[in-house]
Amino acid sequence: MLATRKLARFLRPYRQWAVLAPLLMMLEVVMDLMQPRMVQRIVDQGLARGDMPLVLHTALLMVGFAAIGAIGGTGCAIFSVLAAQGFGADLRSALFAKVQSLSFGNLDRLETGRLITRLTNDVTQVQELVMMLLRIMVRAPLLMVGSLIMAIFTSPTLALLFVVLIPLVLAVVIWLINKSHPLFSEVQRRLDALNTVMQENLAGVRVVKAFVREAHEIGRFRKANEQLMQQNITAAQVLALNMPLVMLILNAGVVAALWLGGVQVKAGSLHVGQIIAFTNYLTQTLFSIMMVSMLTMRLSRSEASAERIQEVFDSQPEVVNRPGALTEFAPRGRVAFENVTFSYDGADAEPVLKNVSFVAEPGQTVALLGSTGAGKSSLVHLIPRFYDVKEGRVTVDGIDVRDIDETALRRQISIALQESVLFSGTIRDNIRYGRPDASDEEVIAAAKLAQAHDFIMSFPDGYDSIVGQRGVNLSGGQKQRIAIARALLMNPSVLILDDSTSSVDVETEARLQEALAHARRGRTNLIVAQRISTVLSADQILVLDDGQIVAQGSHARLMETSPIYREIYESQMER
Amino acid sequence: MADPKIRSTERTPVVPPPFMLGRPGGGPGGGGPGAHFMRPVEHARNPAGTLARLWGYLRRQRLALIFTVFAVAATTGLQLAGPYLLGVAIDRYILPGDLAGLVRLCGLMLGVYLLISLLTWLQTYIMAAAAQRTVAAIRNDLFEHEQTLALRFFDQHAHGDLMSRLTNDVENISMVLAQSVTQLVSAVLSLAGTAAVMLALNWRLALVTMLTVPLMMLFLTRWVGGRTRAGFRQQQKALGKLNGIIEETITGQRVVKAYGREQAVLAEFDVANRELRRAGTQAQIFSGFIGPLMNLVNNLGLAIIAGAGGWMALAGLATVGTIAAFINYARQFGRPLNEIASLYNTIQSAIAGAERVFETLDEPAEVSDAADARPLVQVRGEVTFEDVCFEYEPGVPVLKHVSLHAEPGQVVALVGPTGAGKTTIVNLLTRFYDIQSGRICIDGQDIRQIKIADLRRQLGIVLQDTFLFSGTVMENIRYGRLDATDEEVIAAARLANADPFIRRLPHGYQTELSERAGNLSQGQRQLLAIARAILADPGILVLDEATSSVDTRTEKHIQEAMLRLMKGRTSFVIAHRLSTIRNADQILVINHGEIIERGTHETLLAQRGFYYHLYQSQFRADGRGITAAAEPTRAEPRRELPVGLAG
Repeated sequence: MLATRKLARFLRPYRQWAVLAPLLMMLEVVMDLMQPRMVQRIVDQGLARGDMPLVLHTALLMVGFAAIGAIGGTGCAIFSVLAAQGFGADLRSALFAKVQSLSFGNLDRLETGRLITRLTNDVTQVQELVMMLLRIMVRAPLLMVGSLIMAIFTSPTLALLFVVLIPLVLAVVIWLINKSHPLFSEVQRRLDALNTVMQENLAGVRVVKAFVREAHEIGRFRKANEQLMQQNITAAQVLALNMPLVMLILNAGVVAALWLGGVQVKAGSLHVGQIIAFTNYLTQTLFSIMMVSMLTMRLSRSEASAERIQEVFDSQPEVVNRPGALTEFAPRGRVAFENVTFSYDGADAEPVLKNVSFVAEPGQTVALLGSTGAGKSSLVHLIPRFYDVKEGRVTVDGIDVRDIDETALRRQISIALQESVLFSGTIRDNIRYGRPDASDEEVIAAAKLAQAHDFIMSFPDGYDSIVGQRGVNLSGGQKQRIAIARALLMNPSVLILDDSTSSVDVETEARLQEALAHARRGRTNLIVAQRISTVLSADQILVLDDGQIVAQGSHARLMETSPIYREIYESQMER
Repeated sequence: MADPKIRSTERTPVVPPPFMLGRPGGGPGGGGPGAHFMRPVEHARNPAGTLARLWGYLRRQRLALIFTVFAVAATTGLQLAGPYLLGVAIDRYILPGDLAGLVRLCGLMLGVYLLISLLTWLQTYIMAAAAQRTVAAIRNDLFEHEQTLALRFFDQHAHGDLMSRLTNDVENISMVLAQSVTQLVSAVLSLAGTAAVMLALNWRLALVTMLTVPLMMLFLTRWVGGRTRAGFRQQQKALGKLNGIIEETITGQRVVKAYGREQAVLAEFDVANRELRRAGTQAQIFSGFIGPLMNLVNNLGLAIIAGAGGWMALAGLATVGTIAAFINYARQFGRPLNEIASLYNTIQSAIAGAERVFETLDEPAEVSDAADARPLVQVRGEVTFEDVCFEYEPGVPVLKHVSLHAEPGQVVALVGPTGAGKTTIVNLLTRFYDIQSGRICIDGQDIRQIKIADLRRQLGIVLQDTFLFSGTVMENIRYGRLDATDEEVIAAARLANADPFIRRLPHGYQTELSERAGNLSQGQRQLLAIARAILADPGILVLDEATSSVDTRTEKHIQEAMLRLMKGRTSFVIAHRLSTIRNADQILVINHGEIIERGTHETLLAQRGFYYHLYQSQFRADGRGITAAAEPTRAEPRRELPVGLAG
């Protein structure tokens, strides 16, 4: 319960409600506990003595207790909701803010899909838990203890029955929880397996059809489905014992109380009303025990959610502004790597970049070439300080990027990422994402540069066309060009295209490069590419292999000096 | 259905009745309506028809169903006996002090309770199996049917939606089958039974009870229910909006950071978060009232019975035992009313789910074998398209009057800008889609007259984006031919140049590939796809070359492997590589759905037409003349290409 307790700090602003709710619930429980007692009074005192005023008086008292109890109950409902909703909103907000503060390295480790689950499902789980804690978690134990006390109070001799009944119910419930827990975990596993079959079948539908493997797929599915069904049946059948067993114990207890009570009534040491009241308390006690044990199970599930949330809070942003970092920054755009070594995980991990040094002068276009995994993307990600170097330093205009405020740095260094993510909204909104105050003329100019203007204008709504979530109605190449326009609109000193033209056809790409070369004199362009045609015109080409720069120079020079470069060139250009 | 035990624990049973009896499937919170009761409900469009179809599945479990109905009826009857026997015990034995009679009656009660528990258990046990079997059967049918559907269906439906039909909707049906139906039967029976017994025991007290308790209960649930439903609708909307923001932001988190938009995103989030809090608070407070209010009604009912019953007892119109019995019956009377109301919604949404399931099942298999379809065993590999027209969407022609002829063993390169219709030609040859007019023949035989399975077995397809299934490398290659031995798989991998890298994997051929094969590079995945095709040994090949090149060494391996694969087979290649095109026997240049030029590399270059310009822009160096190598046709000033080429 450690993680859950850690999250309790978010309840602090709502502590008055969090205290009030259980108190009011206590009121309701106490009032509820009075009711059987009152019935007993009517039977034993009113009816036995023929005291009509007492009967009516007691009945009115019952109405009063019921009303007070209802006030307690509704009050608890209100305050527990206020506390839980406030808690949930604050927790969600803090978690979201925390995610915003994290750097790329943290995000890599936490994974997008799992982060989304944490912010949505897990927070809801914990929020529901808080509400339950304030309501049932108070009610059930209170009812349990209260009924037990009232039962003993009603008849100490009959109460001896509890010595047998409570351990019995506990034993049954605990046995069932222990037995069913692994069964349900297995159900979950098999459900996951079935989901995988379905997902792959949908994603790979063309392959399935092309190889005529429908029958094979059906076989796979049937097997997974059959296994899930068997497990579901087993689990449900074990669970089927729960209610009948507990009810049997309970009812046997009632019968026993009836018989023992009957004996005592005959002996004159007990009244009938006491039997009625006692059996009432007995039922409540045993039911509450069952409830408490179920809730404990529920708690452990929420704890898992709380742990996942806490893990995010515990992540320390890897990239943080140094005190006194430069907030005003208008560089000319000279980018220099000085003996940079970099690795994604801990210090002992295999470096992704090894002792890399180069200089991109203002106005130069530098292309990075190399096979997948050579370290091209990692290299350019160090310039806007998405990650920090392990050794050496990266400077812009001679200033270490770690001495510059993150926001100030990124305003000057714009990057179009490999996977172009667009946000829901219009194309215009997406292009001016980095500068929401940009004028329409600026947006159009950027789009024209990025060779996006023509296709944007071919849409009926032009720049006001809505982009679906993650830009579904645009082709890959179109999305990439919008992402480039977005980067261009920042009018950065350093522009980085991280393989961001891979889906753009060669013709358009060539036009784009020509446009970029003339767009802003003095801007430094860094272009990561896999196609050799992309890099031919660069002032400087860096060939990366296994984290090291193995060749460096212009196309003409590299053709002469670098066998690797020539090999790449020839394989792609077929000379 | 992670754990049915903890589904409806909104609150404790609203003060368990003094002698509460077993209630099938009611669960610990069976009393109060769970929060789901108030959730907005989807409505079924054709409940009767859907139920009739569901019955088709249920019929297979009819023995279990018949047993369940009898068991539920018996249990309900026995439960009615409980409070009655209690009253008898008090009036006839305890008050007069007849201990021998009391022992007999206690024995009888014990027997009744034992029988109730036994029946409840049996019925839950049997129903669990019946419900799961039904679910499994529906799932199997659904999945099998999906396998017969045309690609068009998968293109038109979101995968998430299809998945949800196979999981959630089907699961929902099972929940309703296993629990709600029995609950409904039990609720109706006990409602009628309780009323009858109460009237028989003491009609005066019965009338007082029946007029007050259920009426109050109905009034309260109505009053609160309406407000809660509206609240939950708002909450759902707010939650959807907030989740949308979360999903989008986190997915694009790197862009958010790259552009320093953290503060703006936080502000947007806060607005949505506040709205969710507001809507959530409203909805939850009202639904939170349900518990205490039900409790209030129960307690008031208790007071009325105790007061009115006590008054009657003094007037000689009732006995103590009757009062004790009524206290129980009153609760049994209010409860089913609620259950029926909440079950109505549960069942409605399950039927809506079933409707979605049946909707998929009713989807016709778009491309199916003709009645007189003939088998196709060995092909020579002659392929002809005769005046083929095709459109994916009516009115938007994708291929216009395409004719082509490929001799056995020929390599046909398909060249043209993106969206010109190259992939469509592949989709038609494989009969992923059927053509609207014209004819496609293999060895002179119309492919619509060939069994689809046979046709596709003769076609080897290597797609650009290689799809791998979770499983080992060995299994993934074997997908090409399921009965291939390990040796044959390895031999195919060797031919595909995949063997060396496979051997370097942690467990060689037994390496498990994760979903979407994130642990292999794109080039390696392509090599596996080629190995798969080699193993399948098709008569005709369809290859889609990757647009973006992988690293140099892998690239070479892929080219070699592809050449080996194409040897002696008619091959259609959506070509992006110069070597492929130059070695092709025929090049078909496709633009705007038409074949605009055809011939070999040399003849097409000599024509100086569309192909010539395409070649100039795509395969010659860049536009600024940094061409290093000698090329006979020196670049002339580039002309702008047709718009169709752009993206």
